[in-house]
Parts: sequence; C-alpha cells; structure tokens
Amino acid sequence: MSILVDENSRVVVQGITGREGTFHTKLMIEYGTVVAAGVTPGKGGKKVEDVPVFNTLKDAVDKEGVNVSCIFVPPPFAADAIIEAASAGLKVIVCITEGIPTLDMVKVASFLKDKDSVLIGPNCPGIISPGKTKVGIMPGPIHMQGGMAVISRSGTLTYEVVDQLTGVGLGQSTCIGIGGDPIIGTTFIDHLKWFKEDPETKGVVLIGEIGGTAEEEAAAYIRKEFNKPVIAFIAGQTAPPGRRMGHAGAIISGGQGRAEDKINALEAGGITVCMNLGNLGQTALEVMGKS
Amino acid sequence: MKLHEYQAKDIFGKSGIPIPNGQLVTAVDQATKATQIISGAPWVVKAQVHAGGRGKGGGVRVVHYPYEVATATEDLLGKPLVTKQTGPEGVIVNQVLIEEGVEIDREFYLSMVIDRSSAMPAMIFSQAGGMEIEEVASKTPELILKEYIDPAVGWMPHQARNLIYGIKPPLSLGPVKTLMSIMANLYRVFTTLDCSLVEINPLAITKEGKVIALDAKMSVDPNALFRQKELLHFDDPREKDPLELMAEKYSLNYIRLDGNVGAMVNGAGLAMATMDVIKMAGAEPANFLDVGGGASESMITKGVEIILKDRRVKAILVNIFGGILRCDVLARGVVAAAKKGMIRLPLIVRLKGTNVEEGREILRNSDLQFFVAKDLAEAAELVAKQVS
Repeated sequence: MSILVDENSRVVVQGITGREGTFHTKLMIEYGTVVAAGVTPGKGGKKVEDVPVFNTLKDAVDKEGVNVSCIFVPPPFAADAIIEAASAGLKVIVCITEGIPTLDMVKVASFLKDKDSVLIGPNCPGIISPGKTKVGIMPGPIHMQGGMAVISRSGTLTYEVVDQLTGVGLGQSTCIGIGGDPIIGTTFIDHLKWFKEDPETKGVVLIGEIGGTAEEEAAAYIRKEFNKPVIAFIAGQTAPPGRRMGHAGAIISGGQGRAEDKINALEAGGITVCMNLGNLGQTALEVMGKS
Repeated sequence: MKLHEYQAKDIFGKSGIPIPNGQLVTAVDQATKATQIISGAPWVVKAQVHAGGRGKGGGVRVVHYPYEVATATEDLLGKPLVTKQTGPEGVIVNQVLIEEGVEIDREFYLSMVIDRSSAMPAMIFSQAGGMEIEEVASKTPELILKEYIDPAVGWMPHQARNLIYGIKPPLSLGPVKTLMSIMANLYRVFTTLDCSLVEINPLAITKEGKVIALDAKMSVDPNALFRQKELLHFDDPREKDPLELMAEKYSLNYIRLDGNVGAMVNGAGLAMATMDVIKMAGAEPANFLDVGGGASESMITKGVEIILKDRRVKAILVNIFGGILRCDVLARGVVAAAKKGMIRLPLIVRLKGTNVEEGREILRNSDLQFFVAKDLAEAAELVAKQVS
C-alpha cells in the first residue's frame, strides 16, 4: 500500500515537449513510472521518449486512459492546465511549476472545492511511492520502500531527509512535496488523513518551514486524530521577518509564520521535533524504535 | 514587489479611492514651491522609503509654515532614516511626499490580503485605525472585522455593509456610502493589479465628513509581473541591498543577514535549514543563498563572488544535494571562483547526490584548500571550528 499513486497509476505529462517536461519524462520512465501520454497544444501526433503526445488532455484520457497528471507547463498557463486536468476527471494532479500568480491559484482552489481531484503542489517536487512509481522530479535512487511517510513543503530539503531515512534503514511508503507556495492544493492535514488509513505507513516525517499556519493546524489535527508517530522538522529558525526566503510562501508576516511558534505548537501536540537537520534520520530511528 | 506610498496613492487617485493633495519632491527648492500649490497649513512631509515604522522613526513630520516644509525636507532628503524595520544603519531617503494636512475626526484600518488557510482574498476593516494592526490583533481581536471573497462572484455590497455596520459608534449615511465605494474600488485594484497586500492605515474621516486615505501600502505579487508590465517602472532598486540586487541580476536567490558564515545551497528549504544548522553549531549565517535547481557553472562562480563581497564573512559552507544541479557543475563553478583568486577563506564543502564522485574529484585535483564533510552534522562542526 501507499497513498494516491502506485504501480497502477497511468501518468500524463502536461507540457511534455518542454525542456523540463522531456527531461523528467525520461527519468520517470527509468524509475518505472507508466508514462502513458503527454499533452502539448499544437504538438499532437508527436512522440517524446516513445510516449504519444496529444493536443488536449481530453484526448489523452480517451485514448490512453490516464488517471494521474504531472504538470510542467510554464507559470502563465499552469492554472489552466490544472483546471483542464480536473475537468477531464483525473484523480491526482501533480503541479511542479514554480511561479504561478497567487490570484490564479485562488481561482484554482475555488474550482477544485467540489471536485474529486487531488492537487499536489504547485511549486513542489511531486510524489513518489518507492518501488512503485514516481510522479515528479525527485532523485529516485535515494528512496527505499518501507513504512515511513514524508510530507514536506520543500524540495531538496526533502531529498536530504529521505536520504537520511534510507541511510538508517527506514524505507518510505509515500513521499509528498506539498509545495512552497502560499496557496497549495492539499495541505499536511489532507495527507495525514490518507496516511492514517494506509496500513503500510507506520510513521510520518513532517517537514515544515516558516510562513502561514499550516504546521500549527497540522499539530492540532495530530493531537486530536492521528494515531501514528510523527517526527517534525521546521526550516527557517534563523530567517528574518518580512523577507521571502526563496519559496513564495516562506515569509514571516504580521507576527505569523515564525518557526518558534510552529515548533511550540508541534511539541504541544506531543510530536517529536528534530531541531538539527543533521540528526533527523537518527531521531526518526529512535522514535520508530520506541513505537 | 513593494511600491512607495506616493506610487500607491497615485493608483488610488485614479481608482476612486480619495487621497490628500500632494506632491513628490526630490530637492528642497521643489518643497518650497509645493507649498504654493498644495493647500495648508498644516502640511505633512513624508519620507518615501519601503520600510515600515516611518512615523516613529521621525520620517513623517507635520508642520505649519512653508519654511518648515523646506527644513523638514532638507532634514530628510539624502539622509538615512532608521526605523525598527531598517536595521541600525537605516535607509537613505531619496524622495519626500508633501501633502495637505487634514483635520481628522476618526481613523480606521482597511486592507486586503490573501488568506492562506481559506485560499481566498480577504478584506480587513477595523475601527482601531492608525495603530499597528498586529498589536490590535493580539490585544483587541474583536475590533478586527474580516470578509472572505469568493473569486467566482467577487466583492459583494453586503460584505461592505457587514464591515461598515460592524463598527461602533455607527457612521452617518454620507461616510457609509463613500466607504462602500472605497471598498469596492479597493477590491478592484487588488485583483486587477495582482496585489499581495493593499493597506490603508489610517483611512480617515475628516471633520468635514470626507473619507480619505492618509497612508498607502501596496505590494504586487512578483509571480504576476509578467502580466503587470506597466507596474514594472514602480520598482525602486535604490531600496534594495546592493548584493541582493547583484544576485537578482544573475537569477540567484540571495538575502543578506548579519552573521559571518556564508552559505551556498540548492533549494530554498535546504538553504534555510543550512542557516539553522550553522546557528546550532554556534556560528551565525551571513546569508541565505539558493542557487536553484538549474544553476550553471558561471552562476555558482557569481554566487561565491557575492558571498565574498560581504566583508564580514569568515568561512563558507557549500551544501549541495545534487539533483538537477549536478555536483560536478557545482565543483567547477567553485574552482573557477578560486582561480580568479577570490577564495581566501576556509571553504567547507558537503556534496551529495548526482555526480558526487566527479564533483569531489574536481575539488581534490584543484589546488584549493577546502574541507570535505561527509554529512551535514560534520559540516556544521567544521564550520564552528573555523570561525571560533
């Protein structure tokens, strides 16, 4: 078991003919992902890495039965791509694109409210169920199949954490980058709910950062409803207020979003917070050993 | 992208949000002339800098004679203004806004933001105007009224009524009508210009019953600038740190901090976490630098150059988790910087991921003095040792 994606996922890459789209299509196929179709308007009929390209997502669904999308479309057109995927009925939509205007995401979030589609991202590395499939840009070889779930707002920081987990022998069920933007499709809580029901998942590593209150909300949920061990890490303890630290959503503003408040909320929820990234793998091993 | 007060007010004036008469000046003689055009006394002389806290920092002066307008302008122009947001060295004031003074009856707070949790824009209104909204939020949260806006229908008049009739004591019909139109116009400005924040504090009712925006704060979503090209000329590079400006030119994400350990990292989250690791090891980070996923050799070299321009830096920590950015590219960039004779400080390198062996090989074969850390914990120890 894993959540959202597995060996049965048939992936369509939106923006497959672009530089990033083509490059990662190749890497996904190498990992074992079934990339069944690509979409680039005006490039229908072509092939990329032997994958058929369609003009519309509707065609890709009709002809190839795709059920998961991975979006590499440039920022000005990405909101349209997400809504196109949801309208075509795809169950899981992973948006890698960084730099989508926030007001576009306001519209997307509103549109998705009464739809069944699950949006991961934007501005994220994607999702991987090790040994089964990867939908995104994370380096495959650092992962190992196992019982740890990873949910993170970051990219390379997640790779660092996964690498440490694998290094101490803790494999992963599913790892998800939920995205570094202020408005994202699914939050920590959404994924925690799915991991709660996943028998393969024995524990969760939650990687947050400054900005917003998603970690505080997750802490409250975990305290009330979540029954598996959680290890958390929060990046940005030394970040100055009022500055955007790379990610559009990583900003301390109006007295909200400080690392300190997040760490306090998590600890109050009985969650082990690892203060030093260098020790995360070891900390996870200790927590999981006890449980 | 932040706008200056005068720029935001210019937009307000053209969008049906009333503002005081005013004029921007960049020289003292212009200030004297301005008093002949703008009605007064009193006049308000306001330093135009992006940093908040101008009032308490002495950047806003209310004066009663034309010569005082000149003196106040002279006092501010070309000199650093220190506020709680600027740091001790302050920011240089290049422009001053001179406005007519008004007699204030009541002050309100009005703003629009993106509410992250609900993924909707929100309008915030409070009768506690002229104060810091964070302070109001923590001490008297009941005075803050909020309306969330469904993007499918936009701003509705009943939402304005919910806000306006929520304040005490109630307003008379004239100001109620003006406020309703100001709120509708504020929503239009916010959405059509892709703002991330528009704030009017205070929004005043004058003794004559006029509603007027006495201050204006506006930020535009940097991700939307591709479709807001007419706003690009509002960008004021003088407000930015010179090293940050240089980094921007090379698509590097650099933020200057106060410490002595320079850091070069790929990825924003890992860059923040690396800063934290430096601090945990007992040192202080000198910067945030995310070279991004697709950095080239020359961008890495530039990154090293920018870190070293900060004279406080005593050691550099390079922490790369190779993915799209390969470790050999990183290593070549660092070696190129060394060959230019730029690196004379201890360099601690921690490489992991794609092409890590090639990367280490390139560093080993250079005549560069550096320390290789096998993991992050060891890297932190080495950093601490170098700067202690």
